[in-house]
Amino acid sequence: MIIQALAFYLFAFVAVAAGVLVIASRNPVHSVLFLILAFFNSAGLFVLMGAEFLAMILVIVYVGAVAVLFLFVVMMLDINFVELRSGFAQYLPVGALVGLILLAELLVVGSGWVVIPQAESVAAAPIPPIDQVTNTEAIGRLIYTKYVYLFQAAGLVLLVAMVGAIVLTLRSRAGVRKQRIGDQVARRPDDAIEVVKVTTGSGI
Amino acid sequence: MEAAVVLLPLLGAFIAGFFGRMIGDKASMVITCSFLVISALISWYLFFAVAIGGDPRTVVLFEWVTSGDLEFFWSLKVDTLTAVMLIVVTTVSAVVHIYSVGYMHHDDAIPRFFAYLSLFTFSMLMLVTADNLVQLFFGWEGVGLCSYLLIGFWYKRPSANAAAIKAFLVNRVGDVGFALGIFATFVLFGTVQLDAIFAAATGKADATLVFLGMEFHALTVICLLLFIGAMGKSAQIGLHTWLPDAMEGPTPVSALIHAATMVTAGVFMVVRLSPLFEQSETALMVVTIVGASTAFMAATIGLTQYDIKRVIAYSTCSQLGYMFFAAGVSAYPAAIFHLMTHAFFKALLFLGSGSVIHAMSDEQDMRNMGGLAKLIPVTYGLMLLGSLALAGIGIPGTLVGFAGFQSKDVILESAFAASSGVGFYAFWLGIAAAFMTAFYSWRLLFMTFHGEPRCDEKTLAHVHESPPVMIWPLYLLALGALVAGAAGYYHFVGGGLTEFWGDSILILPEHNALAEAHNVPFWVKALPLVMAVLGIGLAYYMYVVNKDLPAEWAAQLRPLYLMSFNKWYFDEIYDRLFVRPSFYLGYGFWKSGDGAVIDGVGPDGVAATTVRASKRASALQSGYLYHYAFAMLIGVVVLVTFYFFMKD
Amino acid sequence: MLEIGLAHYLTVAAILFTLGLFGIFLNRKNVIIILMSIELMLLAVNINLVAFSTHLGDLMGQIFAMFILTVAAAEAAIGLAILVVYYRNRGSIAVEDINVMKG
Repeated sequence: MIIQALAFYLFAFVAVAAGVLVIASRNPVHSVLFLILAFFNSAGLFVLMGAEFLAMILVIVYVGAVAVLFLFVVMMLDINFVELRSGFAQYLPVGALVGLILLAELLVVGSGWVVIPQAESVAAAPIPPIDQVTNTEAIGRLIYTKYVYLFQAAGLVLLVAMVGAIVLTLRSRAGVRKQRIGDQVARRPDDAIEVVKVTTGSGI
Repeated sequence: MEAAVVLLPLLGAFIAGFFGRMIGDKASMVITCSFLVISALISWYLFFAVAIGGDPRTVVLFEWVTSGDLEFFWSLKVDTLTAVMLIVVTTVSAVVHIYSVGYMHHDDAIPRFFAYLSLFTFSMLMLVTADNLVQLFFGWEGVGLCSYLLIGFWYKRPSANAAAIKAFLVNRVGDVGFALGIFATFVLFGTVQLDAIFAAATGKADATLVFLGMEFHALTVICLLLFIGAMGKSAQIGLHTWLPDAMEGPTPVSALIHAATMVTAGVFMVVRLSPLFEQSETALMVVTIVGASTAFMAATIGLTQYDIKRVIAYSTCSQLGYMFFAAGVSAYPAAIFHLMTHAFFKALLFLGSGSVIHAMSDEQDMRNMGGLAKLIPVTYGLMLLGSLALAGIGIPGTLVGFAGFQSKDVILESAFAASSGVGFYAFWLGIAAAFMTAFYSWRLLFMTFHGEPRCDEKTLAHVHESPPVMIWPLYLLALGALVAGAAGYYHFVGGGLTEFWGDSILILPEHNALAEAHNVPFWVKALPLVMAVLGIGLAYYMYVVNKDLPAEWAAQLRPLYLMSFNKWYFDEIYDRLFVRPSFYLGYGFWKSGDGAVIDGVGPDGVAATTVRASKRASALQSGYLYHYAFAMLIGVVVLVTFYFFMKD
Repeated sequence: MLEIGLAHYLTVAAILFTLGLFGIFLNRKNVIIILMSIELMLLAVNINLVAFSTHLGDLMGQIFAMFILTVAAAEAAIGLAILVVYYRNRGSIAVEDINVMKG
């Protein structure tokens, strides 16, 4: 129990701290790195909750792909260290107030949550006991049977996103020399070589 | 048939007015003129049937208003008075129509002109055949409207527009009095039908009206109010300022409207309402004083004017004064008699001056005329005839003389015979005016036709006699100016007057000025002629014999000269008293009242508020995404908080 | 305190969510922070879902969380692509300069 609590508090605290630093860092690269840290700790929280598949997916997809993408873009765009602009402070009181109100309400709701006893029995997909089926297998059983259409749709979404990203950013720049293999292969000897009869001793 | 007299001009006006462009100038002229001539012929027939034959009638056309106690019809009352007016109006109108064919030959809006002329004639006829006060008022307003339209006929001239508006506005002042008079009549009598009113007039002789807690003699109030209307329409002193400016209109218009018909509507109205006026001594006195003063004032102004039409206009104003003070001493027949003769010779004078202007290529200033007698002898002869009639040249004590002689003399004799303070006032002012009338008439003739020509070569070369279409109507009027007086004397004001007029005019037995007029001393009968001859003589001396005299006298009597030349400064006084304050008031209301308050609160205010509000609203669209996100967040928080507290 | 229940996880999620929210409108630096804040918010939601899933014994929560993950990844990719193109055209991704839609 103690270990659990300790682990929880550790992960939670670091995640929150990382979150704060994401938005407060001056260096955008630092922000991305702190984001990665937040993801890692959330993965830890997931493991604590018994959703290990999701935790791993979080690490692989979020950290491995999304956060790295962020890093690429941050480094690609020539972003300066931007000093904290003066306008920041004027919104802080109001924004902080509003945010705190929201937080307070969420907490009140969250902590006062009462689950009726029948909730367990109306579960749409009850979690099978962990010693029988692993989390991964349990999820697999559900996804590929009952929610296969949604799964395929999710795949399509990713496909569209990929195509979209390429469409948006692909451009042909003038002055860049690239190989055009098709043109190279299609070249005929007549275009490349010209046979000239040269008499000995005279130039071309 | 009676309806035809009144409605034919309306039909002519309608056709020429709306279809003039379609049917062309010539057709418009032919249609309107022929309708008027037919109307005139019917009027003469009616005159002989009704007036000479003694057969008055009333023709009811149809119902107009039936509302509780107020009830009146469109009906034509034709009695002697009406018949006399009918022949005057239609004859002069027909003459003017035909004359205009020649005079307006070069104009480019001929159908419109003739339509207006016919419309005017219709309104005037409606006025004189009215059986009730409201119909009379209808005709009254109609002639006022047509006067406005015709004075401002050449609407591209700013001076014409201003004159038209002035005429209409000054008339309006009178019309207010008239309308109030009609209301008071209805309050007192309970009806506006003339026959009913006249029947009840004697009974109401001592009735009183209570206004603002004070008691007034009812009939006096009514008559005075109605007389104010007459003052406006007939250009009596105080409301006369529009008449000289009305000369901006074409000359046929001046002849028809401002000599023979419209301005006489006031006289007609007073005479028509004689049963009412007879009951009020005060009203009669006021009428006399106003008429006499106008006669005198207008004559003084006519002495010094340079515009040929203005001289004749002031002459009209003065002669109208004669007619009014005749009515004021209860000599109504004499007033109408003079109205008729005056219509003939004044129209003749106007149309003749139109011929002069036409010949002089639109020159109207007499200082630039002169020596025209040999060049346009016919016109000269006609003008001379008209002036003789105006001055009242004839043999006293007999019927021999030009038209104005008989009518003017009988008026002056009646004024003398009235033997009252106002009567003598009127008499002496009338005598003075007679002197001045002759003087300025011959001044006009001498300056225009005698002496050396003072115009330039080009104009002189162009001087020509008017075409027959303009001369022949003048012959007709000249005939009237010659014989109308002698022919009508017996019936109008002589021994046959009671039989002639019948019930159309009421004269109370105690008001016997007209009856006694024939018995005045001989010197009274002769004095007007003496004055006229003196006037002619003085004019001859000043404008033919000793041409420097006018300038000398003007310099020596400078204040008097200025007073006369500047029309007794009426226009200037009115400008200060009424026109400018009205302008300021209107301007003030417009700028602050209308502009600032109403526009400011209303359209402009709403618009400005909308703009301001939308500017504030558009500030929300800052373009910054995080602003929007922040707004969304605030919205969510508010919603959740709201839900929190409304959970039950 | 020691007994970790649903409320604890929900608290963490709530805090992370609020932080992400702050990041969107408090930052003046650049647009990438906004995108990262969105990721934070999505993460918080995921935590929420999984917590409930565990607590109620319903696997639906985790499956839903997985789909959310997918969509979040797609959205991050597109968002960054847009950002790159924007940067190419404007030369700056400072938040204050992006107000072309000002009404």
